[in-house]
Amino acid sequence: MAEKNLVSFQLKVEDFLPATDAEKQSLTQMRPGVSFWKDAMRRMKKNKVAMISLCVILIIMIFSFILPSYYPYHYGQQIQGSEYLGPMTYSPQEQVRIDAGEKVFPHILGTDNLGRDYAVRVMVGSRISLSVGLIAAGIILVIGSIYGAVSGFFGGWVDLIMMRIVDIIYTVPDILLIVLISFALKDPMQTLAEKPGFAWIQTIGVNLISIFLVFALLYWVGMARIVRSQVLTLKQNEYVTAARALGAGSGRIIRKHLLTNSIGTLIVMTTLQIPSAIFTESFLSFLGLGVAIPLPSLGSLASDALNGLNTYPYLLLAPALLISLIILSFNLFGDGLRDAFDPKMKS
Amino acid sequence: MAKYILKRFMLAALTVFVVASITFFLMNMVPGGPFVAEKSISEQAQAALNEKFGMDKPLIVQYKNYMLSAAHGDFGLSLKQRGRTVAEIITSKFPVSARLGGISVVLSLLIGIPLGSIAALNRGRWVDDLIIVIATCGIAFPSFVICTVGLYIFGVYLGWLPTMGLTTPLHYILPVFALAFYPTAYITRLMRSSMLDVIGQDYMRTARAKGLSQHVSLFKHALRNAILPVITYVGPMLAYTLTGSMVVEKIFVIPGLGGQFVSSIMTRDYTVIMGTTIFLATLVIMMNALVDIVYKFVDPRIQLK
Repeated sequence: MAEKNLVSFQLKVEDFLPATDAEKQSLTQMRPGVSFWKDAMRRMKKNKVAMISLCVILIIMIFSFILPSYYPYHYGQQIQGSEYLGPMTYSPQEQVRIDAGEKVFPHILGTDNLGRDYAVRVMVGSRISLSVGLIAAGIILVIGSIYGAVSGFFGGWVDLIMMRIVDIIYTVPDILLIVLISFALKDPMQTLAEKPGFAWIQTIGVNLISIFLVFALLYWVGMARIVRSQVLTLKQNEYVTAARALGAGSGRIIRKHLLTNSIGTLIVMTTLQIPSAIFTESFLSFLGLGVAIPLPSLGSLASDALNGLNTYPYLLLAPALLISLIILSFNLFGDGLRDAFDPKMKS
Repeated sequence: MAKYILKRFMLAALTVFVVASITFFLMNMVPGGPFVAEKSISEQAQAALNEKFGMDKPLIVQYKNYMLSAAHGDFGLSLKQRGRTVAEIITSKFPVSARLGGISVVLSLLIGIPLGSIAALNRGRWVDDLIIVIATCGIAFPSFVICTVGLYIFGVYLGWLPTMGLTTPLHYILPVFALAFYPTAYITRLMRSSMLDVIGQDYMRTARAKGLSQHVSLFKHALRNAILPVITYVGPMLAYTLTGSMVVEKIFVIPGLGGQFVSSIMTRDYTVIMGTTIFLATLVIMMNALVDIVYKFVDPRIQLK
């Protein structure tokens, strides 16, 4: 073949011939593609710490959500004559029943000042803590992602105003406002609960609703910031332009394309919100602004145990250890998720 | 630069204003008012009290009056501690909290920064693992757990440390430990990751290549750069110390502002709650602004917007 002139427009004919079988073969994938989820799961399974934390979380969930319903004692049930029993001990009355051949379920963690079985109280307490963590994380996810996505997607002055609001909320000392809001909301909620149709407020508990409201009002800003920065980069992608060209509205693009593509970040951020919500709830309960009596929460159990610390230290140990364990496992699990879903975000 | 500082402080002032307004209206949302709880109070006395505290005026006028006097540092009289102004209570209680918080903040910086650096420089070795485990636990344990467990072990069981008050240096050990635990752990983690980031940078190799000693390259190049994220944490740390002090002061019966805040919530001392909230919020917000500005000074690479 004659030497080809580099600037010539003459086409190479062989470029346009049908591909040979060998060429076709070289382009075929040799193994099935690994999906986003499978890839993340694979990395997750390799992470021993995260898997152990997940197991711990699951075990605690079984203990707190399922077991109390089958437990022989109720968390509010006061057993006569068995106040301040030590772990695995029985009151005189119960001893009489045991001697008579009756089976009495042991108080694994003893009983508290009112003769309530402590094991079931701790379990129900961790149920409250876990529910608060999960629901609050859900609230934060919904508000934060929508707010951040809208702000990042529309940009311009919408973004400017929305982000100034976030800036303001971000620098507000949150605990001060939480304490204040849960205090101020207590009475209005109480009156609202007495009206027909609002009886559900009483069942959930006024303070608990205040806590959720506070999360809804204040805690979503971190999430909103991260989602916004994700959306800012994602919206430059061609598929967004393509979707728009095909006539998709802004809402659809945000829902179907932008949020879907930042799902890894959303999952990681939401998981890491759970321990911080549990942290806050236990803090509020410890200060006496948490769940209503007789419902226990790990924070209020620890707070109650403080009064009898000299004589009954074991009452402190169980809730204190459990709350630490829950927060620790969620933190480690969240870290593992972050490594699995977004290796670049690794800190 | 001046423009940025001005802008940052404007935002801070706006935030303080918003927080103060929220506080005011939230407090007024609570029905009944502060004097209803007191039993057997005649209607005349009720009206007189309301008049004395300006509570008979329309809400918006009360709001204006309160904001104006608050701007002058006058938060009114305490409703439950007779004859004391809120400003007096704050000025008498705040130094206690400030000393406790200040010691904790300094201590957690002094421990956290070296610990994080040591972990990063010994990456993968047992020292690193040990520090990570301690730091991870430190983040997971709520302050009240540290407080109560520490109180039991050292105060009750071993009896080495006093459990109440804040009179001798020995009294400081447990509260400071409880307050500084979380920030120390956080700073350690932060410092470790940023140090790891920095020692992988090209300029570190350059520094070593041009013959700088290990010490100089570590202290002049690595530490200076790695410490930047820690500076940004000082603001949130301050907020944490304030809130942590609520629990710590309650448990150790320390006459500080955090404990005062909690107990005034329990006794429904409205003016004290409002005054304390506004005071603490202003403190945190202003410190945040200051930290932001200092950060821009320390790191010239950051562009001023």
